[in-house]
Amino acid sequence: MSEKFDVIVVGAGPSGNAAAYTAAKAGLSVLQIERGEYPGSKNVQGAILYANALEQIIPDFREDAPLERHIIEQRMWVLDEESFVGTHFRSDDYNKPPYNRYTIIRAQFDKWFSSKVKEAGALVICETTVESLILDGDQVVGVRCDRQGGEVFADVVILADGVNSTLARKAGFHGEIQAGNVALAVKEILFMPQETIEARFNIKEEEGVVIEMFGKITDGMMGTGFLYTNKDSITLGVGCMLSDFKENPNRTSPYTLLEKMKAHPSVAPLIAGGEMKEYCAHLIPEGGFYAVPKVHGNGWMIVGDSGGFVNAVHREGSNLAMTTGRLAAETAIAAKAAGKGFKAKQLASYKQALDESFVMKDLHKYRDMPQVFHQNNQFFTTYPELLNRAARSMITVDGIDKKTKEKEIFSNFRKSRSLTGLAGDALKLWRAFR
Amino acid sequence: MSTVAVNVEEKLFQNRYKVDHGRPHIKIRQPDLCRNECKSQSCTYVCPASCYKSEGNGAVTLITDGCLECGSCRIICTELSNVEWEYPRGGHGILFKFG
Repeated sequence: MSEKFDVIVVGAGPSGNAAAYTAAKAGLSVLQIERGEYPGSKNVQGAILYANALEQIIPDFREDAPLERHIIEQRMWVLDEESFVGTHFRSDDYNKPPYNRYTIIRAQFDKWFSSKVKEAGALVICETTVESLILDGDQVVGVRCDRQGGEVFADVVILADGVNSTLARKAGFHGEIQAGNVALAVKEILFMPQETIEARFNIKEEEGVVIEMFGKITDGMMGTGFLYTNKDSITLGVGCMLSDFKENPNRTSPYTLLEKMKAHPSVAPLIAGGEMKEYCAHLIPEGGFYAVPKVHGNGWMIVGDSGGFVNAVHREGSNLAMTTGRLAAETAIAAKAAGKGFKAKQLASYKQALDESFVMKDLHKYRDMPQVFHQNNQFFTTYPELLNRAARSMITVDGIDKKTKEKEIFSNFRKSRSLTGLAGDALKLWRAFR
Repeated sequence: MSTVAVNVEEKLFQNRYKVDHGRPHIKIRQPDLCRNECKSQSCTYVCPASCYKSEGNGAVTLITDGCLECGSCRIICTELSNVEWEYPRGGHGILFKFG
């Protein structure tokens, strides 16, 4: 295969599919290369699909996309060893179509998205790993695959090759990923009858619940746990910063963390009897604004996880992936129409479009968040414990008067963090969130 | 953290793989460095598929068959950069059924 295309897209995840679809739909010749047996076979996500980003690419996706349940209730739990303090937000508003977010199973969803890419006219090749970029001077002109004679050429290469960003790294566009900028997440999918899920979570057919958890379950590391209801399965996972895993004095393995979480008295009854059918692990780029590398150059653009486009605070990633993929494709379409070549200068409008979109605006808003949480692990250790102790004390009826309980709670907080510590923590959070 | 016995092999057994026999996609560049220079050997507990094992004699061994292709081992080996990491050949390695 020594052919030339308008665009080569490396990878068939949400960003790659969005890019390939958008470019092909506009009439560009597109080659998409995926290393998995089928699109989705290498991809891992929780997974929640936010409708908006996909709507902008495929407005009627709800007609045939494999969606599990639309989310009507969001729970936030702060856990210690035995208990949790939490908030539940449930609204019938979320039951009015068009729904805003869904649980999905990525292997199925990505296959569906890829079928749309093919329908749009792109050539999709699977079971092919791209080994490196082909450069002519400082211009990317194609890719080298692990097939015989596997050199293919294009005006633009869109790098949608995932969080490890192997190709841009090898080409020297950016350096190695820092352990403090990625989270390592592990999860399991547990199957059980649909009725069991609906009874346990107080939901009807097609309705779903999300539980986000933090506290003791991450063993002092910066991270969160999650539980998502699918149609007839539950996805349960936990992720922490890779640097925290590495430095954890307990040398806790990710699967041990997951197993402990499954055994937590608040979690165990929800998943009881579930049949585990897959165990996954994946990195999530959580470095935020300051960790986003150079996103374009001569003949190349970088999209999705490969460019670190994840809003860790709001647990958003696939929507940023689809949006960056679409914007990169639109840039390629415009560059082709302009006919002035595909150097960094002609692709600079990609960076501009990113800056003007919610993608960079949100990452900018939370730019200091990763640092604040890195340096203050009390948010994941001390506070969850204090909160649970306080709740237990106030709610347990044991003959002690409430004033005394209040005093004890306040003294616990002061002992653990001191008054200046408490005020400082509040200020740090306020600064990072505002 | 109290101890919980976890058999990660049992978890991996549920997964689907197409192993590229005789062509591991990850290699330890210089095994001696792991033995002599690396005190933490953090790959042996951070790897979510437990591909890296601490041997009694101080060595670290690697079997990539159960690899989930996350990339953690390469990234945490910053001090020695002793992990040579590539994706498997097309179609090989982990094949997620659900992802």
